[in-house]
Amino acid sequence: MSKILSINHLNITPKNAPNRLLVNDVSLNLSAGKTTCIVGESGSGKSLTALSIMGLLSSQLHASGSILFQGNELTLLDNKALQRIRGAKIGMIFQEPMTSLNPVLTVGYQIGETLTAHLGLKGAGLKLRIESLLLQVGIPIERANSYPDELSGGQRQRVMIAMSIACEPLLLIADEPTTALDVTVQAQILKLLDELKTRMNMAMLFITHDFGVVADIADDVIVMFRGEIVETGTKQQILSNPKHPYTRALLACVPDAEGKKQLKPIDYAWLADAKAVA
Amino acid sequence: MSQENSKEVILQANNLVKTYSQRSGRFGFGSTQVKALDNVSIALKAGSTLAVVGESGSGKSTLARCLLQLHPFDSGEVLFQGQNLAKLDAKSLRAARKHLQMVFQDPLASLNPRMKIGEIVGEGLLIHGLGSVIEQKNKVHQMLERVGLEVTDAQKYPHQFSGGQRQRIGIARALVLEPKVVVCDEPVSALDVSVQAQILLLLKALQKEMNLSYIFISHDLRVVRHIADEMVVMNQGKIVEQGAVTDIYSAPQQLYTQQLLNAIPGRKAA
Repeated sequence: MSKILSINHLNITPKNAPNRLLVNDVSLNLSAGKTTCIVGESGSGKSLTALSIMGLLSSQLHASGSILFQGNELTLLDNKALQRIRGAKIGMIFQEPMTSLNPVLTVGYQIGETLTAHLGLKGAGLKLRIESLLLQVGIPIERANSYPDELSGGQRQRVMIAMSIACEPLLLIADEPTTALDVTVQAQILKLLDELKTRMNMAMLFITHDFGVVADIADDVIVMFRGEIVETGTKQQILSNPKHPYTRALLACVPDAEGKKQLKPIDYAWLADAKAVA
Repeated sequence: MSQENSKEVILQANNLVKTYSQRSGRFGFGSTQVKALDNVSIALKAGSTLAVVGESGSGKSTLARCLLQLHPFDSGEVLFQGQNLAKLDAKSLRAARKHLQMVFQDPLASLNPRMKIGEIVGEGLLIHGLGSVIEQKNKVHQMLERVGLEVTDAQKYPHQFSGGQRQRIGIARALVLEPKVVVCDEPVSALDVSVQAQILLLLKALQKEMNLSYIFISHDLRVVRHIADEMVVMNQGKIVEQGAVTDIYSAPQQLYTQQLLNAIPGRKAA
C-alpha cells in the first residue's frame, strides 16, 4: 500500500494566542485506495487539520509540523507551487456546494476552468473531458450548460465532485460533504465517492461528525477531541471495540435506528478524570 | 411507549391544503403552483410524541406552521381540544396559543440578540399577564434551572451561550407558559451529537413531568426512533405512511418509507 500523505506533529495555534493549541500534535498517514475518516464534535480540530493540508488556513492561524505529500514538504512550498498541487493532485469538496460554486457561470465552464488551469485543455478536447466527468458523477451531459441554481443540492455536490476529480487527484479531501443533504441523497453521494475512490485508487480523507456515515464509508478512523487525536484504528476496531473513554462516550450519544440503545450524553468532568487515569 | 389507544386527541388537523405560488423560469416571470400540503390529516394524542418525517421540500415545516396558525392555509381545519382555531377571535386565539408553543431549529436565529435571557423567557408570561412581577421572575428562574441553566444566566444575552445552551433557553421560553402542545421543528439538527443526546433526554424528561404532547419535525430517522411514539412520513406535501414508530421501522409498507429507512447512514454496516 503506497503512502500518499503523512502529517507529522502538526500544531495549529492562533497567532495572537500561541499557547492555545487548536490542533495538538496530530500525526496521520493516508494511503492510496483507503478512506480515512476523521470524526469529532465541533471544535475538535478536524476541519483545521484538513485545511492545513491544502494550505488554506486563515491568516490568523499559525501551523507548525510537517505535511509530506509524495515526498514534497507542503509547509515549505510558496503559494504558486501549492496552487499546482491544489486542485490537480489534491482535490477538495466542502459541506455547502452552493457557496463553493459561482452562481453566474455554467457548471460546465466551472469544471472546465480546473482542466484548463492544470492540464491546459481547450476546445473539443476540453468539452469531451467535461462531458466524461459529468457522466462519471451521474449528471446528464446537457446539464453542462446549467447554472448552479438550476440544480438540486445533490446535483450541485456531484458537480463539486466532478471538479475535484477532474485532474485525477491522488488525494481527495471531503469536509462534511453530505451534512447539508437529505438522507437518500446522502446515501447516493457516499456510494459515488466510494466508487470513485476505488476506481481511481485515490486516498480519501473524509471529515464527518456522524458515526453512521463512518460505518458506511470508512476504512480507517481517527477520533479527535479538543484538538488531539484520542484514538485511531480500523473501522471495525473503533465501532465495535473502542478503547478510549471519549470514543466510547461519543458512540453512546449516537441514536440507533433500532431504538435499542439508551442515549447517554457525555460527562465531560468524568472524562477529564478518566483521561488523567488513562 | 406506554400510550394506550384510548388516549384523547389533543391536537388534530383535518384535510389541510396549502399552496404556494413559486416564481419559475430563468428570470422568474412565470409562476407555478406548489402544493406544500396536499390533504394532510394528523392526530396528536395527549402526552405522546408524533414525529413528522420527510426530506427537504416535503412540507413538514409548513405543516408545523399551519398547525400553530402562523401560516394561513387554503382549506382544512386545525382542532385544539376540539376547538377550531381558525374560528376563534383574536382574544381566544391568544389564550389558546399559551398552550401551543414552538421550539425552533436554530436557537440563535430565534432569540432576540438585544434581550436578556430573563426577558426572553419571561416575555410570554408578561404578554399573557400571568402572575405578579415577582411571581414571573421566580417562574423564569425555576424554568431556567429546570432546563439545566443557572439563575444568574437570566442577566446574560443569547450570544454568551453555546448552541446547546441556547436550545435550552428556547425550550425554557416555550415551556414557561406550561403549554399542552409543543411543536419542535428540527430542535436538535444543528447540535453536536453529544449535545443532541442531552437535549433529547431533557425533552423526554420534561414531557413526563409536565404531561406535554410533542409534534416533532425531523429529517433524522435515528432521532425519531428514540423520541417518538407515532409518526407520519411526508413526501411532496402528502402523507405517504403513518402509524406507530415501532411498526413502521420494523415493517414499512410504502416504497418511499423503505427508501428513507434504507438510507439511514450506518444501517447496512450495523
